[in-house]
Amino acid sequence: MEELLFIRFEVLPALLKGLVVSIKLIVPSAFFGLFIGIIIGALRVYGSTILKKAADTYVLIFRGFPLVVQLFIWYFGLPHIGIYLSPMVASIVGFSLCSSAYHSEYVRGAFLSVKTGQTMGAKALGFSKLQMIRFITLPQAFRRALPGCGNEIIYLIKYSSLAYMITCIELTGQGKIIASETFKYTEIFMIIGAIYLLLTTIASWILHRVENSLLLPGFEHYKA
Amino acid sequence: MAHRKTILRIEDMTKRYGSKTVLKNASLSLKEGELKILIGPSGGGKSTLLQCVNFLVKPDKGRIWLDGEEIIHSRKKELYAYRQKVGMIFQDFNLFDHLTALQNVQIALVKVKKKTKEQARTRAINELERVGLGDHIKKYPAQLSGGQKQRVSIARALAMDPKVMLLDEPTSALDPELISEVLDVIINLRLHGMTMIMSTHQIGFASELADELVFLEDGNILETGPPKKMLSDADCERTREFCSKITELYGNSF
Repeated sequence: MEELLFIRFEVLPALLKGLVVSIKLIVPSAFFGLFIGIIIGALRVYGSTILKKAADTYVLIFRGFPLVVQLFIWYFGLPHIGIYLSPMVASIVGFSLCSSAYHSEYVRGAFLSVKTGQTMGAKALGFSKLQMIRFITLPQAFRRALPGCGNEIIYLIKYSSLAYMITCIELTGQGKIIASETFKYTEIFMIIGAIYLLLTTIASWILHRVENSLLLPGFEHYKA
Repeated sequence: MAHRKTILRIEDMTKRYGSKTVLKNASLSLKEGELKILIGPSGGGKSTLLQCVNFLVKPDKGRIWLDGEEIIHSRKKELYAYRQKVGMIFQDFNLFDHLTALQNVQIALVKVKKKTKEQARTRAINELERVGLGDHIKKYPAQLSGGQKQRVSIARALAMDPKVMLLDEPTSALDPELISEVLDVIINLRLHGMTMIMSTHQIGFASELADELVFLEDGNILETGPPKKMLSDADCERTREFCSKITELYGNSF
């Protein structure tokens, strides 16, 4: 009984506060990550040689550096050149850029899967390259990239816990604080684990809904 | 035919891929309302020639005039404007898979020609009805047969009001039974005076409708002439050989 009261009145309010911070990290990071990822992915497929190289290098760096190191650079490194980011902003920047590098890979594959004939069809009608990407290949590539990009968003939900390393106290950070005060590690981290599971479940459900709403004849999933 | 004005003129078109020259100094001109049909073995340069005409393939050498104006393809704006005036039909249709038949025809009108949605829609419906697809405007490419897809792609090209149409083996990917529905549309275009260059193996069709046949092999235009002469009494040995073989294969009917 005492245990339950402790959880109800001490643990949950703190975790709820952390959860709010987590969501404030995840939602913009997912949005910017996907947005930048689409641009980088498009550049890697349709860009000029220089732009392609630049985009490839971008991916190499942001996918190659450990995320924690990236976060440290944004938060502890940038002040050396006079740029101060709040823990929240530094985390969102770090997550968005890292996530966009992964998204770009799914998007690139999806762009490549659009039959080249359609790009010829568009060009023959007088579309500029940008119009062709925007109106013809992106709408198709987006549908094909969605399962992969959804995967990346699920990952993001979990690696958002790294934000506490740069003092952005989100769900995991809050948990760690109460746990080290009370030594109830097992209970508290079990609850936290369950909350992340709930978040990823909701995210997959939303992603499925989006996928289904974008379904068109010719783009159906395999049904056994 | 002499009094008609020349719409399209191609001069010295050359294209190389690595060390292989797929098109050698091809020259061609097209008068208003004329239909020229490219024939010749596969890999002979028919597709390359057609794709060079609207710069889907960038020729290494060669000049093009439309209505007496030379097209400089490195000027993007000029290139895009030129392509709007040159309709192209592909062997495998190249419809946009994520758009309905109606949207396929409509999209370039709205995005490229900057027409209003309403104008574009009316025009698109008209063009689709003209190719006999009035009942299928809401279908996606995946729901259409090959012949229907090709007719949508013709409607899509026509909606842009092209001055010339390029048709690259428009019936080669179709089931035999569906070929005639596409050929009928092309015949109809011909009767309405559309200027066209078309490559095909439908030799019967070619001989009845074309003003001239152009025989291409190994990237060279070997011979050009009226169909009757080309099919029965060609000057060039290779043309005779090819024409007799293809007549045997596809017959004279279409």
